[in-house]
Amino acid sequence: MTSDERPLLVARNLTKHFRGRDGSVVRAVDGVDLTLERGEALALVGESGCGKSTTARMLVGLHPPTSGSILLDGVEVAHLDARGWLPLRHRVQMVFQDPYSSLDPRQTVGSILAEPLTIHGLGKPRERRLRALALLELVGLDPRCVNRYPHEFSGGQRQRIGIARALTLEPDLLVLDEPVSALDVSIQAQVINLLARLRDRFGLTYLFIAHDLAVVRQLCDRIAVMYLGRVVETAPCRELFKDPRHPYTRALLSAVPIPDPAIEGQRQRIVLQGDVPSPSHPPTGCAFHPRCPEREQVGDRCVTERPELLELAKNGDPLGDPRCSACHLST
Amino acid sequence: MSLLEVRDLRVRFETPLGTLRAVDGISFDLEEGETLGLVGESGSGKSVSILAIMGLVPTPPGVVEAGAIRFRGQELTALAPSRLRALRGKDLAMIFQDPMTCLNPLLTIGLQLSEVLEVHLGLSRREGLKCAAAALGEVGIPEPEGSLACYPHEFSGGMRQRVMIAMALLCRPAVLFADEPTTALDVTIQAQILELLVNLQRDHGTAIVLVTHDLGVVAGRADRVQVMYAGRLVESAPTTPLFETPLHPYTRGLLASVPRLDREPESTLASIDGQPPDLLAPPGGCAFAPRCSLAVEACREATPELESPMDGRLVACPRHAETPVENPAEGAAS
Repeated sequence: MTSDERPLLVARNLTKHFRGRDGSVVRAVDGVDLTLERGEALALVGESGCGKSTTARMLVGLHPPTSGSILLDGVEVAHLDARGWLPLRHRVQMVFQDPYSSLDPRQTVGSILAEPLTIHGLGKPRERRLRALALLELVGLDPRCVNRYPHEFSGGQRQRIGIARALTLEPDLLVLDEPVSALDVSIQAQVINLLARLRDRFGLTYLFIAHDLAVVRQLCDRIAVMYLGRVVETAPCRELFKDPRHPYTRALLSAVPIPDPAIEGQRQRIVLQGDVPSPSHPPTGCAFHPRCPEREQVGDRCVTERPELLELAKNGDPLGDPRCSACHLST
Repeated sequence: MSLLEVRDLRVRFETPLGTLRAVDGISFDLEEGETLGLVGESGSGKSVSILAIMGLVPTPPGVVEAGAIRFRGQELTALAPSRLRALRGKDLAMIFQDPMTCLNPLLTIGLQLSEVLEVHLGLSRREGLKCAAAALGEVGIPEPEGSLACYPHEFSGGMRQRVMIAMALLCRPAVLFADEPTTALDVTIQAQILELLVNLQRDHGTAIVLVTHDLGVVAGRADRVQVMYAGRLVESAPTTPLFETPLHPYTRGLLASVPRLDREPESTLASIDGQPPDLLAPPGGCAFAPRCSLAVEACREATPELESPMDGRLVACPRHAETPVENPAEGAAS
């Protein structure tokens, strides 16, 4: 396989277990498989505590996985330490949710943007400065702001700075952890458009961590839905929103409010009962079974046997992209 | 007479950097049993408005000035603090985005709920706990009796939100102010809580002021929606007309910039250029003018007042009729 055909990133059976305060094992991520093709935007969605951010942090080397494999362009990176990551770091960069805490308040914007180049020993000071100016322009900020400090910018502008910093080293893959969740609607739209434009221009690959499914639909090609540490469904975006297969995905989509009173008035909403179970004491079998509205149709198998993420039969479209679901109903 | 009448409410904060006008003269009425959506982005003054109505703005640094805040005809601004306290929690109740801001982490849930009934209705501790258990059952807390002895940290975020709602509704208030009640929750839990609020409102006829930045949340639940920008009301309308034919350029821009789950996305999302104004140094005239495609010189000179171009609707933009009201999804992309 040539390097162009190989997926950019392949994670297999990735797990992350934390030790809880009471000594129990918290299974934050419990066997996740993900493949990121070159140039695609994959969304990883799910509710608080489903393990999406922990997965993202493992993929960029911020958390060592408990077990599993991560191949970055064919190179195993799962057990690299910070020094091992250094020569690869320029290929994978991260944008964080909170534009307030992820920028050093004591550095000027110019210095924040040039720092990755300094760390990697790239360029002369003047070249780094020019790169910082170019990056500001690229993300829609006035290059004359280069000597200002983060607190002088609004939330949306700070997120632009965070994106610019991630682009300094010309990465292949951007891991974006809820990059627009903290922003107001009108500003959020600006940043979404910026991310779409940057992806087109540089052929970037995105792993987009989000809980807002409407934002995902706007920006991503493919989607992986997580529940309690596992991926329960993967599908191309346009198919998933039309025809969700996993009962959890269906409930999730039906819970999202739509800003249209005519539609809201007619919607049949699936309201799930109860809370997400604790990842330190996950239910047996399918982790979703205690809340699943469709469990009756399968019965005890959901309680005793954990469903694997399996490829679904292609309905009349043999060329369609593969989609997978982890539910006994679909097998 | 409306249940609640607010006239020319102004709230400013004296800060070391100057005077910040958080709410700059808003007026509205709330009818019995109505759900009023109050929407706007961060800093638009929506939360501060309801805090001011409840008498909960700290002074100093805040300064509240109001032409009138009348509840059932009674002027609240002239009320002695003790009289206002008697109303608050009984007739006027409030729930917050973060339940931990209103629940005491050191007291059991039962004690906190019972206290409300003891103070406002003169119940004994025993009667109070009994009513508290019933209230917890009503909001869907499993094993309500057993939960009375629990502390807030023993509940999940969604369950704490239920406890707070139970507490707010204990005395069957006439008005419930809900300040971003589901913003911190996941969507499946949000759906549970909103359904709960709708059911409780139907059973008890409570009027709700629903403060939110999420247009989807108001679309499904509000009877009427008021849009705020930079401390002022810019538009007010019954919910369906507001979403179908938004009049104010800001409302139109806002609706167009929300990504939609139920539609194939356009290649570019419409967005509103620029930033909301700095409230310490607001622009002259209409605060939205610097971001508005319809703005002309006159917009930057005088602040537009609310006018009523048609029945039941108010808009603070003299130029709202200048362009045809188009479907927001087809709004111009920047």
